[in-house]
Amino acid sequence: MEHYNMNLTLKVWRQKNTKEKGHFETYNVKGISSEMSFLEMFDVLNEDLVHENKEPIAFDHDCREGICGMCSMYINGRPHGPWNATTTCQLHMRAFKDGETITVEPWRAQAFPVIKDLVVDRSAFDRIIQAGGYISVNTGVTVDANATPISKVNADKAFSTAACIGCGACVAACKNSSAMLFTSAKISQLALLPQGEPERHKRALDMVHQMDEEGFGSCTNTGACEAVCPKEITLESIARMNREFLSASVVSED
Amino acid sequence: MATKNFFTSSVGRKIIVGLTGLFLISFLVVHLLINSFILVDLVNPNDNGATFNEAAHFMSHNWLIRVVEIGLFAGLIAHIAMTVKLTIENKKKRPVQYAVFDGKANSKWYARSMAILGSILLMFLAVHLSQFWWPTKEALYITHADENSFEMVKATLTNPINLAIYVVGVVALGYHLLHGFQSAFQSLGLNHKKYTPIIKTIGTVFAIAVPAGFAFIALSVFLGLVQ
Repeated sequence: MEHYNMNLTLKVWRQKNTKEKGHFETYNVKGISSEMSFLEMFDVLNEDLVHENKEPIAFDHDCREGICGMCSMYINGRPHGPWNATTTCQLHMRAFKDGETITVEPWRAQAFPVIKDLVVDRSAFDRIIQAGGYISVNTGVTVDANATPISKVNADKAFSTAACIGCGACVAACKNSSAMLFTSAKISQLALLPQGEPERHKRALDMVHQMDEEGFGSCTNTGACEAVCPKEITLESIARMNREFLSASVVSED
Repeated sequence: MATKNFFTSSVGRKIIVGLTGLFLISFLVVHLLINSFILVDLVNPNDNGATFNEAAHFMSHNWLIRVVEIGLFAGLIAHIAMTVKLTIENKKKRPVQYAVFDGKANSKWYARSMAILGSILLMFLAVHLSQFWWPTKEALYITHADENSFEMVKATLTNPINLAIYVVGVVALGYHLLHGFQSAFQSLGLNHKKYTPIIKTIGTVFAIAVPAGFAFIALSVFLGLVQ
């Protein structure tokens, strides 16, 4: 692909803290390379802002290789921007044309309050995992590898749901701000494996309960979450959670 | 820890929406079947709605159908109550809206508009019940008049305004089903590599064919193809 430079107009959400009302600021960035990542473009803008003695834009980022789940920009009406199966850090500027205006917003959800500018508090996800997204095992002698037989199909499915990086794009895209794709991925990765079996029912009940407590909406199966998921987790995962929850509710003695 | 009640949980409630939805879908099949007796007149011009009247008479007098009718209203109320509650709650989950929202990039408009389509359906249903259901009940229990369902249908649907309301109603029904049919299975946890594509195909065919069937019968009456 041919390299080119571009000038862009950015409309970026600025918000001092959780309590303050935010607003959009417009910035012009010049000479952006098509080979830059979206975050590198923000680095260039922030450097300009620092030189002008202005407050740089706060945004989340960490690994910048699409596996940590920290970056979280809502770009032109879509979480992580226009490319499918891509995190913001892996979105490259060649996705945009010279002279384009790009609107960048934080994830918007009651359960994800804005901390500053484009940074939102996603600790609600941590609390959902703490509610049951683990297995209890005794420490001790290392178990022999391959001691527990697992079918290839289930191993693959568990792996692909475990690919969830917890970025929250599913919540950001959902018209109901539902966290069901995330929660179902975390339930699925264990429900599909024998190690997850002992706490299976309790896990489904506790994690769904915590998800509701955190103030996420409920699912209406529009499929927006799977369309934007950078790890391509599918609605099959949500259906599995529904099954797990239904059977757990039936057998539960609470 | 607070109560983990199935009926107040987000997952439990969508399962109820799906179950009641499927129940209401099953009713549509029966409704269309009964309506289709109007078309007997097309093949047998001497019928004059007699077959339809017989079917309507059976539906309004059979005790088992009466019991199921109560269940149907209960299912309808449960479906509406649950979805209204969920819609209001879901709206509150995003206090600050996005400045730019590219809905069509990620989902179908009718999937996002189930509440609006449902509201149109409810308004249609109110008109529909007052035009067709209530007169039958009135004749049966209050005035004890002779009922001629076919004549009643003819008198109502030959009015272009009533026909227009009817067509708007079934189009809204079609889009509601286009999302709702397959969505109900997903809510119940039935998502399978082999069966889901089949369910989706059946859902699409159902969502087009059933409303089209209702509309065709109504148009046949309007155009005087059945007398």
